[in-house]
Amino acid sequence: MREPNHLRRIAIATIILSAVATPIVVVLIAPSLPPWNDSSASSGQVNDNTVLLGILTPIVALMIVYFAYTLTVFRNRGSEQGEGVAIRGDSRIHTPWLIVTTTIVLFLAVFGTVELADAGSGGGQGPTPAFKPTGSDNALQVQVIGQQWEFTYRYPSYGGVETPHLELPVGRQVEFHVTSLDVIHSFWAPKLGVKADANPGVDNIAYVRPTHKQSFDIRCNEVCGLWHGYMFDTGQVVSGPSFRAWIRGQQALFGPIGPQLPRFSGHYFPDPQRRAG
Amino acid sequence: MNNESAAMPAWRRLIGFNLLSGILLGIVGFYVGWWLGHQIHAKSLAYFADTNQNDVALMLGYLLFVVGFLVGLGYANYPLSRMLGREHSHRQNEEGGIGRYFGLCTDHKVVGIQYLFGIGLFFFIGGLNAMLIRAELLRPSPQLFGAGNYLTIVGLHGAMMMGIMSSAILGPFANYFVPLMIGAKRMAFPRIESLTFWLLMAAGAILVSTVFFGGFPTGWTGYAPLNDEANFGFDSYIFFFALVGISMTLLGLNMIATIVTMRAPGLSWGRLPIFCWGALSTSILMVLAAPVLIAALLMVAFDRGVQTSFFLSTSGGSPYLFQNLFWFFGHPEVYVLALPGFAIVLELLPVFARKPLWGYRLAVAGILGVMLLSFFVWQHHLFVSGLNSTLRPFYMFSTELISVPTGLIFLCGMATLWRARLRFTVPMLFCLAWFFNFFIGGASGVFLSDVPSDVATHGSFFVMAHFHYTIMGGLIFTFFAAIYYWVPKMFGLELNERLGKIHFWSLFIAFNSTFAPLFALGLMGMPRRVATYAAHLQPLNIWVSVSAFVIGVSMLVFIANVVYSLVFARKPAAANPWDSKSLEWQVPTPVPVHNFDRTPVIDSDPYDYGVPPPLPKAAEAPATAPG
Repeated sequence: MREPNHLRRIAIATIILSAVATPIVVVLIAPSLPPWNDSSASSGQVNDNTVLLGILTPIVALMIVYFAYTLTVFRNRGSEQGEGVAIRGDSRIHTPWLIVTTTIVLFLAVFGTVELADAGSGGGQGPTPAFKPTGSDNALQVQVIGQQWEFTYRYPSYGGVETPHLELPVGRQVEFHVTSLDVIHSFWAPKLGVKADANPGVDNIAYVRPTHKQSFDIRCNEVCGLWHGYMFDTGQVVSGPSFRAWIRGQQALFGPIGPQLPRFSGHYFPDPQRRAG
Repeated sequence: MNNESAAMPAWRRLIGFNLLSGILLGIVGFYVGWWLGHQIHAKSLAYFADTNQNDVALMLGYLLFVVGFLVGLGYANYPLSRMLGREHSHRQNEEGGIGRYFGLCTDHKVVGIQYLFGIGLFFFIGGLNAMLIRAELLRPSPQLFGAGNYLTIVGLHGAMMMGIMSSAILGPFANYFVPLMIGAKRMAFPRIESLTFWLLMAAGAILVSTVFFGGFPTGWTGYAPLNDEANFGFDSYIFFFALVGISMTLLGLNMIATIVTMRAPGLSWGRLPIFCWGALSTSILMVLAAPVLIAALLMVAFDRGVQTSFFLSTSGGSPYLFQNLFWFFGHPEVYVLALPGFAIVLELLPVFARKPLWGYRLAVAGILGVMLLSFFVWQHHLFVSGLNSTLRPFYMFSTELISVPTGLIFLCGMATLWRARLRFTVPMLFCLAWFFNFFIGGASGVFLSDVPSDVATHGSFFVMAHFHYTIMGGLIFTFFAAIYYWVPKMFGLELNERLGKIHFWSLFIAFNSTFAPLFALGLMGMPRRVATYAAHLQPLNIWVSVSAFVIGVSMLVFIANVVYSLVFARKPAAANPWDSKSLEWQVPTPVPVHNFDRTPVIDSDPYDYGVPPPLPKAAEAPATAPG
């Protein structure tokens, strides 16, 4: 019996499956996945995920087709224990394989770097960010101070007022300065696409421009002791005028202790607090 | 020796250098250390006066526990005898009955079986912790344990699985089968081989003892400065991981020495079974990475005990230093877990595909490539930490680059299925499941290596899903493949195939049903190590918990299979039930104490399956070496 052309069958099935699945993934599924499109950073992350999923889909198609085919066609049938064909390798297979995988990797690295160059994609970049957004000079500075077990927020350009609530004006570039008073925390606002570790003694800068008025969740993303699970908060993205009204209210409320606090500092070293949790 | 011990009354046999005396001396040592620690009066200790937590006492206690444990097991006998000018050998322990398994034994086959049961024990303790975690997460706010105990359970699960399980395949299977595969009569350093096992058991006992000292709230990573303010129980973590590190380093050195120097005549590097390549590469990772962990933990111990400040920014140290050191160990460590899995899959596929391994040299290149690259990627764990952001493109590239050698391993495995005559035995099913699991794990890894994507997923349940797919899907599945494949040789008994298939299918389905939804949970904003989460995530969490309990049931099926097959059914296995051509299957069952009557001579690699007909088998080669 002549051996059928297995390779051609697999290639055809893979191409058909990818041609059907890839547009569905890229157009319908990937863009609707979290962290959605509520800020410059999260939009970038969704774009990035879409491209990665688009590259992944044909590879998944190949895997599905290959395994479905080989596991059914090349199984040992009947009670007789047969032997396979003694093939020990084929450079016509492995050379293209190496070229394709290396090309994908190079593309991913370049693409990821290009996306990263867009303001660091919302990630914490340390005290001297390599990837700044345009207009970062006019950014609204917000200092995020983590401590066991809450975040507080200080607005240096509004007299250094420090409040337990986070509100941001929509459409304005925000520059988060994340630091900690004790152990390592991590400031994560999933919908904003911002994540930056809060290290004691380090000013960790992350950029984001919120694009939708809404409330968003904040969670501590690095285990920080006993009540780590309770270190969450809700922030608001509001219009410019309501932000100014809100910050005036905060100044009236927390202003009296303002003179006791530094307007802004890259880090704060309190006395060591041992055995807190 | 045998007759003598048979004549003794039962209680008399308990006296001597064995596990019992080890435990007794260990406990004595602990209290001596504890007492000693309380005799030291220094200003730095007065710091803790109000908390009644004397870290120095606990650390000295653990230190002397380990010393007492090892002396009780008999590890001091050889050096002391030699110092006194007497001849001493442990080889007499290699003969004899079940007592061999409860003490110092230099037979690599005994150590392999010790490892299998010891690691199995801690694997099930770790798994039980996972069940507790999932029980807690049935509700969005803590119901069962409270925040502190929950974090301890999470930390125990993580440390147990990352620490003890790093020897899951090298411990039992490489110790047992590498000498057989390379035609050697023993490992290069038999006493050290046995020491690695008992150190690991001491480590496990110390980790579990953390529950008496308040647990630890840090997870398995133990970041500074949280580790400095952490409770008493963190000292258990330090000693646990440091002992695991020492055990790994010694195991690795022993394995490297064995494979490099003790191969039988004719076993060139090009004929070395791929499993030995995997064991060799893993060993190199262990030897180069684990000492970094030991050093870092020593610094933490000093920070906690005597107020040095390696990692405390309040007095000039750096928490980044700990993260860097930890992940410089930690990333090679995850390949210590993954590489043996690759090797098992590539070793077993040819047997059940009835074909030679496709692209042997490419597979070796893949394994070595993964090994090498794993040292250059650790900063992807610090992508949002605020360390120098200009380095990110490099670490993104190096991390993605690992998919090239991993892709080669996939290619070799997949192409071995090509035009095969596949036999779907239980070990083969576990190997095939590896492709599925590790593909998902690897593909999700690409999202985590890509910085913009990683910002969304870093530190969330997405990461947890990713590394459970690579480690549980990659290591644990191949661990079971190895058990089902090699137990007939190790015990001379067959495992029940029907129960094995039930175990496989329930595990495979429940595993995917547990961990696939975690990707979604992570993207929707659920961080790791929390007992509280948003209410709208509850339905998905209940689904995951129920699936996780099914994994637990599936593990009970496995235990039932082992008990039934090895205790009750006791169906003798053929010497070579899989019709394998590898050398370890050519020796009789049970394997003789010194493995081979004559040193075998190897004239091909062990993958001569398939048509055209293969060359003669290695073990039946002529008695005199050619040349």
